[in-house]
Amino acid sequence: MDIKTTIIKFQSIIALFVLCVVLALMSDKFLTMENGWNIMRQISVNVCISVGMTLVILTRGIDLSVGSILAFSGAVAAGLLKFGIDMPSLNLYIGFTVFGAILGGFVVGGGLGLFNGWMITQFKVPPFVATLAMLTIARGATMLWTGGFPITGLGPNFAFIGTGWFLGIPMPVWITVIVVAIAVVITKKTKFGRYIYAIGGNESAARLSGLNINKIKIWVYAIAGILAAVGGIILTSRLDSAQPNAGFSYELDSIAAVVIGGTSLSGGRGSIMGTVQGALIIGVLNSGLVLLNVSPFWQQIIKGFVILIAVIMDRVNHPNED
Amino acid sequence: MGEENIILRADNITKKFAGVTALNGVSLNVHRAKVNVIVGENGAGKSTLMKILSGVYPEYEGTLLLNGEKVNFSSPKEAMKSGIAIIHQELNLIPYLSITANIFLGREIVDSFGMLDFKKMNQMAKALLTRLECDVPPTTLVAKLRVGQQQQVEIAKALLEDAKVVIMDEPTSAITDAEVEVLFRIIATLKKQEVSILYISHKLEELFKIADRFIGLRDGKMVGTIENVSQAKKEDLIRLMVGRDIKNLYVKEDLPLGKEVLRVEGISLPKHTIKSEYLVKDVSFNLRRGEVLGIFGLMGAGRTELLETIFGLHSKTMVGDIYIDGQEIRITSAMDAVANGMGLVPEDRKADGLVLQMPIFKNISMASIDQIVKNGLLNSGLEMDLAHKYIGNLNVKTSSPGQKSENLSGGNQQKVVLAKWLASTPKILFLDEPTRGIDVNAKNEIYHLINNLAKEGLGVLVVSSELPEIMAICDRILVMGTSRITGEFSQKEATEDKIMNAAIL
Repeated sequence: MDIKTTIIKFQSIIALFVLCVVLALMSDKFLTMENGWNIMRQISVNVCISVGMTLVILTRGIDLSVGSILAFSGAVAAGLLKFGIDMPSLNLYIGFTVFGAILGGFVVGGGLGLFNGWMITQFKVPPFVATLAMLTIARGATMLWTGGFPITGLGPNFAFIGTGWFLGIPMPVWITVIVVAIAVVITKKTKFGRYIYAIGGNESAARLSGLNINKIKIWVYAIAGILAAVGGIILTSRLDSAQPNAGFSYELDSIAAVVIGGTSLSGGRGSIMGTVQGALIIGVLNSGLVLLNVSPFWQQIIKGFVILIAVIMDRVNHPNED
Repeated sequence: MGEENIILRADNITKKFAGVTALNGVSLNVHRAKVNVIVGENGAGKSTLMKILSGVYPEYEGTLLLNGEKVNFSSPKEAMKSGIAIIHQELNLIPYLSITANIFLGREIVDSFGMLDFKKMNQMAKALLTRLECDVPPTTLVAKLRVGQQQQVEIAKALLEDAKVVIMDEPTSAITDAEVEVLFRIIATLKKQEVSILYISHKLEELFKIADRFIGLRDGKMVGTIENVSQAKKEDLIRLMVGRDIKNLYVKEDLPLGKEVLRVEGISLPKHTIKSEYLVKDVSFNLRRGEVLGIFGLMGAGRTELLETIFGLHSKTMVGDIYIDGQEIRITSAMDAVANGMGLVPEDRKADGLVLQMPIFKNISMASIDQIVKNGLLNSGLEMDLAHKYIGNLNVKTSSPGQKSENLSGGNQQKVVLAKWLASTPKILFLDEPTRGIDVNAKNEIYHLINNLAKEGLGVLVVSSELPEIMAICDRILVMGTSRITGEFSQKEATEDKIMNAAIL
């Protein structure tokens, strides 16, 4: 491998390294363990969502609903934990353990993702439109469920997920690492993963090869929903509160992480580790700009340009794709 | 031939891509008002040369002389202004614009208010179309035209710009025989109007009808010309292309046939738009193990649609019964078809056959991935073994199984599609135009391969629009007229006349 292809391959890591060196030189608070864990904790939610987003984008789709699904599943978990299911008219009350409440959140996230996949495969609704609809549906459902008010006071056991430490590492980081590890194995080493790339690379050839395109796509959107729920539970736990407007515009941060990580929006090319690097770049940049007291308005402008630069680099390296 | 008869001269042209030499010191002349035919295998450098002549590749070593003057085009637009137009194999038209709008795209005529002058443009477009024997109104949307007519629109575009040299890259690969006749008449007319033609094609039969001279290209080098076409034979042309005699172009062994593997009865497929009209109507046939069954038909006869219907791609609208090994099978998707031991090598390998950005080995395992799964995970050792096996068996020319499929030549891409299906060990293989756009050598290899597959007991169904091909490689030939089967011949009784007579029914 010559130097040029090596640089292209590792350009995200190189960018991340340069960014860290620059920030370390500019602020003595940047290169500390505390700040490191802070960044990792902060990006954990985005990484979880972005792993699902990567799978979706690899099939040449998009999922705009992850932020809303995150909010709804977090709120459902919080609501089940705090209030249970209480129906006095039926003389029915079901209480939930922490585990049961989390499972409830996963079911909601997975179910809404499944619905996305169903719309996209059975009714041929374009992914952009189907998930845009879900973005408002799930947000509305969150408002209904919470009545527009945060659900707070969820107890120390639940709070452990977002704020606890295990073997010297914060819990959200553990969860994220596990999610990433599973996703890497799925994409690199399983039939399902190979098919995801094949569908994004050439759906027609994949169909003629006998692949069950619809089943694979439905699963991909369901996984994206479940991972949004994982993010929702981490976030709710860390804040000890399910906010009705939680996860607002998270889909954009997630798409940004995927794109900066070198996954092609036209499908078939990209990787989970690329997305992790993309999320790290965004996280490090956020943290550094805060430490340097850059105004939040400027932060947004800078982030936008970082996305553009990443995509331009990608275009230069892959000039022949649409 | 004097200098004044040479309109375009390429002198010592060399072009390299990332270290690979595509053209190596090529010098050739394009004669004025002649049909100059460039022949050569795939990968010989024909397309690269065309792209240099038409300004697509502005950077190269060597010089181009147009009418004796040095030129260097920075873009196709600039080449066109100097009078060099190219008609690409894949047509570049905008489907939902009218013929006129396409012809005048980027060169619109406006009136004194700056508004588009439709009247004038339509008149001019009409005149151009008439010159090309195309009687479609110029206001028709391009999407509604047949491929042959779309090609005429492309030629009209070139004529509007008053092209002096028209480059045609495989112009007959996608049009009907009737449209080929029209095209050849157009070429003859253009010649009379002092237009020079540079023509590329793999179809040896047609070349003798129109060529004034042949230029041979091999491995990026100019290897010679044939100036006296009337004295030349097909063998001379083949020698020029591949550098050796291929004595027997086609081979088909007489093999004993086995039991019936596929039978279809009453297959029909109504049109999407008009339910009372059919793309495929009441087709029945059977296929035995070890048999190569050919389906010949002109463009639009419904051959591809027939294959697609049996393969489960139109399960919602089709009617008819399919029996595999005597058992009636319901096939509602390509998935079912593959699960029942069928494979389909599609007509357009780039669009439907391969995932181009994937390496060869991933394409080979695509339709039978279960055999490389070990303990629930893909096993790269097994996958590489599989890839090496078929790369070897099919003689795919590649540096490694990890090479991206998009970097292979057409013939090798086709072999990878075949490898994918062979790896899935099918009982029945459908081949839709298996040698389209493939050079003579690779064609021959594919014919041998088809023969070997039959020998191993597969039932092979080949759709082709090349008569010599279908007569040579098939045991039995079905002819499709418009949507129906209009003839059936054994290899022995088949003649070109009989088949063609059935095809036009």
